[in-house]
Amino acid sequence: MVNPALQTDMSEWQGSLDELKGIVSERAMTGETMLLNMGPHHPSTHGVLRLLLELDGEEIVTCMPDIGFLHTGIEKNIEDKSYEKAVTLTDRMDYLSPMSNNMVFCMAVEKLVDLDVPERAQAIRVIVLELSRIASHLVWLGTQAMDLGAMSVFLYCFREREKILDMFEMLSGQRMMGSYLRPGGVWRDLRPEFLPALEEFMDIFLDKVDDYERLLTKNPLWIDRTQGVGIIEPEDALAWGVTGAALRGSGVNWDIRKAMPYSGYEKYEFNVPLGEHGDVYDRFLCRIREMRESHKIIRQAVDKLPEGQFRSDNRKFVPPPRSELGRSMEAVIHHFKLWTEGFSAPDQEVYTAIESPRGEIGCYLHGTGGNKPRRVHFKTPSFVHIGAIPMICENHMIADLIGIIGSVDIVLGDCDR
Amino acid sequence: MDIPEALDPAETVRAQLPEALQDVVNFRDETTLVVEPKDLVSVIRFLRDTPGLVYNFLSDISAVDYYPDYDRPGRFGVAYHIYSMLYNRRLRVKTYVEEDEPVVDSITDLWPAANWLEREIFDMMGIEFEGHPNLRRILMPKDWNGHPHRRDYPLGYETVQFSFNVDEIMKHKPHAED
Repeated sequence: MVNPALQTDMSEWQGSLDELKGIVSERAMTGETMLLNMGPHHPSTHGVLRLLLELDGEEIVTCMPDIGFLHTGIEKNIEDKSYEKAVTLTDRMDYLSPMSNNMVFCMAVEKLVDLDVPERAQAIRVIVLELSRIASHLVWLGTQAMDLGAMSVFLYCFREREKILDMFEMLSGQRMMGSYLRPGGVWRDLRPEFLPALEEFMDIFLDKVDDYERLLTKNPLWIDRTQGVGIIEPEDALAWGVTGAALRGSGVNWDIRKAMPYSGYEKYEFNVPLGEHGDVYDRFLCRIREMRESHKIIRQAVDKLPEGQFRSDNRKFVPPPRSELGRSMEAVIHHFKLWTEGFSAPDQEVYTAIESPRGEIGCYLHGTGGNKPRRVHFKTPSFVHIGAIPMICENHMIADLIGIIGSVDIVLGDCDR
Repeated sequence: MDIPEALDPAETVRAQLPEALQDVVNFRDETTLVVEPKDLVSVIRFLRDTPGLVYNFLSDISAVDYYPDYDRPGRFGVAYHIYSMLYNRRLRVKTYVEEDEPVVDSITDLWPAANWLEREIFDMMGIEFEGHPNLRRILMPKDWNGHPHRRDYPLGYETVQFSFNVDEIMKHKPHAED
């Protein structure tokens, strides 16, 4: 008896072949190559990504990503929020490094209204940004290794990430969606328990990175699965808009922290790790080294942490602290105005970009002259990178595709917004 | 290596393509070149290929809707953010299109990265890109009505469903409440 699941009954199929015309090749239409859906719930796609693969045997002829499953209308929603309230929405895009999203949005707002950020706030921002870079790279490393069959790395990575999330909880009260960065600085000053916890983490972290490397870097299985796979040529990377560690793995030295320093990155000494071959293995090495560099930056930022304000005291844009409300009528007025109406920004446009763990995240912000933005657009690295996956995985085996998707480090919340 | 001296983008475009440049806006150290839709591709190609400018990297394409009342050349603005790795500077090239004919030439020939960015604008803003190889919806379902990022598209919300209001909610499905 034939297994009913294997019987192909085309009469049940609702779609029409015409819908596929122009999307897949002629060979697929005639049935010479096979069309296979990967996703939307495949565990290796790091979220809800569907890939329509056209396969010749096990070789990928074309790969058509289908995105939008996690579209939540964040950009549209921000158009109906005042500038400060919109910060909470930006957390939800790239949920593995919410601080980077906060940062790029806050920078855009600060640029639009010309608001200065005190030095202490800038240093705190650098600390949390680099911490979230480490946390994001840890998730990437764990999932990438797990995709390729190395289960234990995942558990070790999440053990360290947990410590970072605990620190974020100390700062903002939330483990992930902190909304800690606000226009003009950060939400509140460092808690007294934060710096000792950070110190403890910093002391052990480099040894832990050595541990991950011991598991993978010279592991013959790992090298077999990653070296020479998913090569991105530097010219291709630039043409397809690839940024971040995926670009640097191809040997292009471009890091926004170095090229256009923001938040005082020019004050810290760090290297930009580069790859040579642009394959999955080089991207892996780049990110591992980036974690060490982030460690270096945090160390310097903590040592040089200036005293002073954690948030600008420009009361036209920044609400007064609670303690002032009982003493000053002016503070009550500002408090009321800023938490109900918010502040106004000019009818102009700005574009800011920062180096998120995944690459260049950009924010295009257009004011109206009123208290709500006319348009916010986030150029997110995952969106551009998923667009480049068809280029990267051309002529690869289907098993290599898993490694490639992992190595460009995509987050679907970041992609769909 | 011999690097040619950096040129001012606005001056160079004004000198070489005089009829293309409509306006130059400077705001907070950002330069915006405003061009007509028909000149867009030639201006961007010029900016990319001219020694001394070499805007070789496409960072972002965004669109903005000026609905309802605007004193600009068109209802929609399409902003191209390009970046020069050699001279480490950014530039915005902006073009305005009217509501009744929202068509811009595609720059997918210059950068394949524009493919998805233009598809997103087509999907969310309803601006068409002529010469785009695969202009389909990307974020919204393919049978979706309207373009959500237009300013006249209502920002709806979903009522929490209970047994007492389920009929009322089903009346306006599949659309959200205004």
